[in-house]
Amino acid sequence: MTPIILLFFPLGLFLLMIVWPIIQSIVISFYEWDGTGPATWVGLANYRELMDDSQFFVSLKNNVIWIVLFLLAPVFGLGLALFLNQPLGEMRIVKSVFFIPLVLANVIIGVVFTWFYDPTFGILAIVFRAFGLEPIAILSNEYLVTFGIVIAALWAQTAFCLVLFLAGLSQLDAELIAAGRMDGASGWKLLRHIILPQLRSVTFVATIITVIGSLRNFDLIAVMTQGGPYGSSTVLAYQMYDATIFSYRAGYGAAIATVLFLMMSIWIAWFLSHTLRRETRGG
Amino acid sequence: MYPAPVTEQPAYFRIGYRVVLYVAMLLWMVPLIAIMMTAVRSQSDLLAGNYWGAPSHFALFDNYREMFATSPMWRFFLNSITVTGTTVLLVLVLSTMAAVALAKYRIPGSTLLFALFIGGNFIPYQILMIPVRNMVLGLGLYDTVWGLVLFHTAFQTGFATLFLRNFIVSLPNELFEAARIEGASEFQILRRVVLPLLRPALAGVAVLIFTFVWNDYFWALVLVQSDSAKPLTLGIAGLKGEWLTAWNLISSAALFAALPPVCMFFLMQKHFVAGLTAGAVKA
Repeated sequence: MTPIILLFFPLGLFLLMIVWPIIQSIVISFYEWDGTGPATWVGLANYRELMDDSQFFVSLKNNVIWIVLFLLAPVFGLGLALFLNQPLGEMRIVKSVFFIPLVLANVIIGVVFTWFYDPTFGILAIVFRAFGLEPIAILSNEYLVTFGIVIAALWAQTAFCLVLFLAGLSQLDAELIAAGRMDGASGWKLLRHIILPQLRSVTFVATIITVIGSLRNFDLIAVMTQGGPYGSSTVLAYQMYDATIFSYRAGYGAAIATVLFLMMSIWIAWFLSHTLRRETRGG
Repeated sequence: MYPAPVTEQPAYFRIGYRVVLYVAMLLWMVPLIAIMMTAVRSQSDLLAGNYWGAPSHFALFDNYREMFATSPMWRFFLNSITVTGTTVLLVLVLSTMAAVALAKYRIPGSTLLFALFIGGNFIPYQILMIPVRNMVLGLGLYDTVWGLVLFHTAFQTGFATLFLRNFIVSLPNELFEAARIEGASEFQILRRVVLPLLRPALAGVAVLIFTFVWNDYFWALVLVQSDSAKPLTLGIAGLKGEWLTAWNLISSAALFAALPPVCMFFLMQKHFVAGLTAGAVKA
């Protein structure tokens, strides 16, 4: 009896606000609907329309760019963790400083980097002029804009991976490392054969959360470019919002959301199977 | 320890390491240093192109005075406090209940619940957007802080439950049995035995959820419209369009919004890191 009482509210709220809306969204994607008026069943028409929507493919392409570049975050994070894993007195403070981007709102990061990239006021412009070059307006350039936004996002994502890898490094098996050193392994060889195998689980988690994070990003695009110039920096998450709120096409928006959801489900399922397997092994 | 501690290296190496370390730290912080330096500058400095030199006078307080006088920044701040504070409290209560149920009772389908809570944490917000927005509209909570509280509470409860469950599982079963033999009811056990032991875990959850909710932008954008209900993130994104090139004001505002989570982080760094890495590294 007790567990049911305990679970009733938390689970009820979760089912009502998280699980049920997912089902509803998928259902809505089969309707033509402006979001308020009556909805008409259109079957797969929204999905067929996606196949002819060049904006959809721009979003998809940008999502791929986001994923690929975001995978630099675990690499940088590991490098930085190896660099910072030193027993110095001031290390606690130094690490905190490197963690700060993690607690900053994306909106703030977006505002700061917008200014960074500003062709008249920005730091980048100053650097360009110092080399005698004409500053590039990165956020108004349809080829560079996505890269500009991803770099801003990488700052915080690297900090996230850094936290994970530092935790991983703190739990290394000291005896294994000592044995490796005894056998004459050092530097790169030690890293490759003794350290990295022990970091496998952390690396997996860092990588997959990074991929999921790259697909979820919305805030930076909304703050820095609103998908522009000319829709060249949209991703699925942003295009869905744009279609629903600005074009009053809830059915079409729901279809985009469903595609994004399915894409992410693969990664989420992979992550889940890893976690559940470890759970049954450990518990 | 890997890499080999610099403390065992010759002096020149240690000094070299420190130099590189501090340079790296400085570079990492450039975005933050930039907004701090701009927040103390006057508008006339910026117009004269003095971005990096010494400010003609220390204008931090003038900037804040102007920011509070010309924008509803206090309102935004109070809204953020209300949304974040209420959500954290509600989530702590709900997730403690659910976590105890999942950790100490045998419930049919608990693995499915577990999976649901983990997966729910990673889904794209867009798949929830349309139904949640309509639900909040239907409840008459659209454009109020309570709509945000409702959604954030539901969403964060999943994550918090997982985290607390793992912690409670690690508590020895004898503790519960001893209390039961003493004749304590299930709720007394929860209050007298579990809660006191749970305190560090609750602190970790609280600081993480505080950061997540404080920094939210997407849901504020979807569920709130007028200044009277906007949290800081949404408020600042709006002011960015209004103030245009008054980067001294925008920087002051960004600094103001970043301060609470950054302070929280420095005060509770250990809990924060423990919460973030839970599940990624074996406990």
